Amino acid sequence: MLIEETLKRIQSQKGVQGIIIVNSEGIPIKTTLDNSSTVQYAGLIHQLVMKARSTVRDIDPQNDLTFLRVRSKKNEIMIAPDKDYFLIVIQNPSD
Amino acid sequence: MPVSNNNVVASVRKGSIAQKAPGAKSNKTSSKKKDEEEGVDTGDGWDEWSHGKALTKPPDQLELTEEELKTELTRILTANNPHAPQNIVRYSFKERSYKPTSVVDQMAVHFVLDGSLLHQDSDEARRLRAKEVDTGTEPEEEKPETPATPVEDGGEVGEAGEEDRPDSVASKTDKKEPKITNQFNFSERASQTLNNPLRERSCQTEPPPRSIFSATANQWEIYDAYAEELQKQEKSKEKQKAVPSKKDNDISKKKMMLTETQSDDIGKVDKASKIFERMVNQNIFDDIAQDFKYFEDASDEFRDQEGTLLPLWKFQYDKAKRLSVAALCWNKKYQDLFAVGMGSYDFSKQGCGMLVFYSLKNSAFPEYIYPTSSGILCLDIHEQHSYLVAVGFYDGCVAVYNLKEEGVEPVYKSTAKTGKHTDPVWQVRWQNDDMDNNHNFYSVSSDGRVVSWTLVKNELVFTDIIRLSLNGAVSEGPEGAQQPSIACGTSFDFHKQIDYLFLVGTEEGKIHKCSKTYSSQYLETYDAHSMAVDAVKWNHFHPKVFISCSSDWTVKIWDHTIKTVKNNTLILLITDFFQVHVFDLNINKYEAICQQPVVAKKKTKLTHIEFNPIYPIIIVGDDRGYVTSLKLSPNLRKKPKSKKGQEMPKGPEVEVAKMEKLLSLLREPEQSTV
Repeated sequence: MLIEETLKRIQSQKGVQGIIIVNSEGIPIKTTLDNSSTVQYAGLIHQLVMKARSTVRDIDPQNDLTFLRVRSKKNEIMIAPDKDYFLIVIQNPSD
Repeated sequence: MPVSNNNVVASVRKGSIAQKAPGAKSNKTSSKKKDEEEGVDTGDGWDEWSHGKALTKPPDQLELTEEELKTELTRILTANNPHAPQNIVRYSFKERSYKPTSVVDQMAVHFVLDGSLLHQDSDEARRLRAKEVDTGTEPEEEKPETPATPVEDGGEVGEAGEEDRPDSVASKTDKKEPKITNQFNFSERASQTLNNPLRERSCQTEPPPRSIFSATANQWEIYDAYAEELQKQEKSKEKQKAVPSKKDNDISKKKMMLTETQSDDIGKVDKASKIFERMVNQNIFDDIAQDFKYFEDASDEFRDQEGTLLPLWKFQYDKAKRLSVAALCWNKKYQDLFAVGMGSYDFSKQGCGMLVFYSLKNSAFPEYIYPTSSGILCLDIHEQHSYLVAVGFYDGCVAVYNLKEEGVEPVYKSTAKTGKHTDPVWQVRWQNDDMDNNHNFYSVSSDGRVVSWTLVKNELVFTDIIRLSLNGAVSEGPEGAQQPSIACGTSFDFHKQIDYLFLVGTEEGKIHKCSKTYSSQYLETYDAHSMAVDAVKWNHFHPKVFISCSSDWTVKIWDHTIKTVKNNTLILLITDFFQVHVFDLNINKYEAICQQPVVAKKKTKLTHIEFNPIYPIIIVGDDRGYVTSLKLSPNLRKKPKSKKGQEMPKGPEVEVAKMEKLLSLLREPEQSTV
């Protein structure tokens, strides 16, 4: 319940283009974007997150990835990995 | 002569018959010729029918003269093989030349037949006879029958039969002679057996279910596995310890667990979503975050000791729009968290209130929300246990909220039975844990009581500390019907170092210095103001100084040893309803070094203000439910400039020194005047 509200709030914030929730196998379970974009994002970002996470943990196993930001010219992709899932939010930071 | 020739010819002819046919052919041809000659010459019996014909000569007859016809040719009959070669030549290595072999084999085989006759006395014949005897009576019977047929044969057979009988008798006795295999004339015997037809039989099964499994073994995966194991072990230890009492709990927990796993999957991303909200907010308000951290107003160098306040985030909550901010408090442990108590100052409009916690990291939505039934007037966050929040309400109740607990109800709440105030509670303050390690806090209210509340297990236990009265001293006890009129306490503050000492400000404008231990008497009373004292506060650093502010638009600084006013240090004022005035008493006693409108004029009024102990920002609350955060520009935070080469003493000593200096400046003229 509370999470749904939080997600709604995030979606309604300025500049947010979409939210995707992906499970640990890389399959999107909830999205606000269209299907093809979702699948594309989920597949590509999943690999990136795995790589980033293993990088952080290889350096120190007690450490863990909190979030990952990929800033590009047009927008910013923010990824917050959780234990079994990860959230992706695409935002246009400054209009 | 021709007859003799004839005879000779006839003998030759006869002899020629003995020879082989091919050999005879040439003779025959020659004899033919001779015959024809005879036919010509003689006319004997053979020639009888040649008489009928005229003498015919074959066209290719040899023409011989008569002399030649009369010559006699001798012919010799030999046993030579006409086909045997007569001129075989062999190479002789001895003489190194070819030499004719003199002797040549002259045998010509005309016919060969392999027979199966055995000599009756030979071994084989005997064996065969022995065998025959076995199958025996019938052939014996047959044998006597066979003489009935041809006589010659019968006689022979009869003899043979007779001979056989004694032999057969003998063979019967020798029946059991071992078989001897024929080693010389071996014949292989084989027989082909029937090949059974082949039939293939198979059955197909369902392939076992397969799943592809792949994993990586990294250092951190191994670490994770160990950590899980450790947790499991610890849990099992706990379970062993608490098995009997917690069985029911476990069952209920199991049920809970089941429902949780079956229910919505999204529930697991709550942490991530929280982080996300902050990230998104950071992005949106990126410039503000940057300003908060790094912005220093450069123009302060040009403004002589004047400063500015830079507005940063603005916090608001939809449901609290109608409420005004009545209390603000920073959290000591988490310096980005602050509490906002909402209620209403308006006597006539009293409704519900709200306790809201914001974090600087997320300005769009509060972290914690607690709706209350009555407006909140004051709150305080415990210094050590920053999850405990004491709240005083307009209806006189006090409550304690525990942020760690889920649920919107306070953990403790005072009721009419448990000694709640009868008038609004204006101030609450946490105190150090008492001797039993129970948390306790104080509250002051317009009903004239200063009450100490102790959190004992699940209850709030109250103790009246002092009863304020209009007279100089409170006299309890039945002195007639004259009850001391009760003063209304509006604020109080506890001394930072001296634990039992505290100040109470009243609505009548007096400030009383009291002690926790003496409940009936004030230690001292100051005639502070003409109107209600809104706030008193001890100086954090100087042990003797406190400040009081009042509705009569004045702020006074006191040294509690002397009953007069002093001025000092940096203070902050909210006046004019929408502006923030900053005074630095070190610099200028009577003018603000910063005046800044914070909210729009005429619409909103500022009600409360708080410093952040760590960051150079202040939060200002207004009567619309907004909280605005402002950053102090460098001028406002300035510490006295150090002379070159001198070390800067930092911290409390500086403040104390500053205070002392000012006090000394002020005291002297006063003393001089006095």
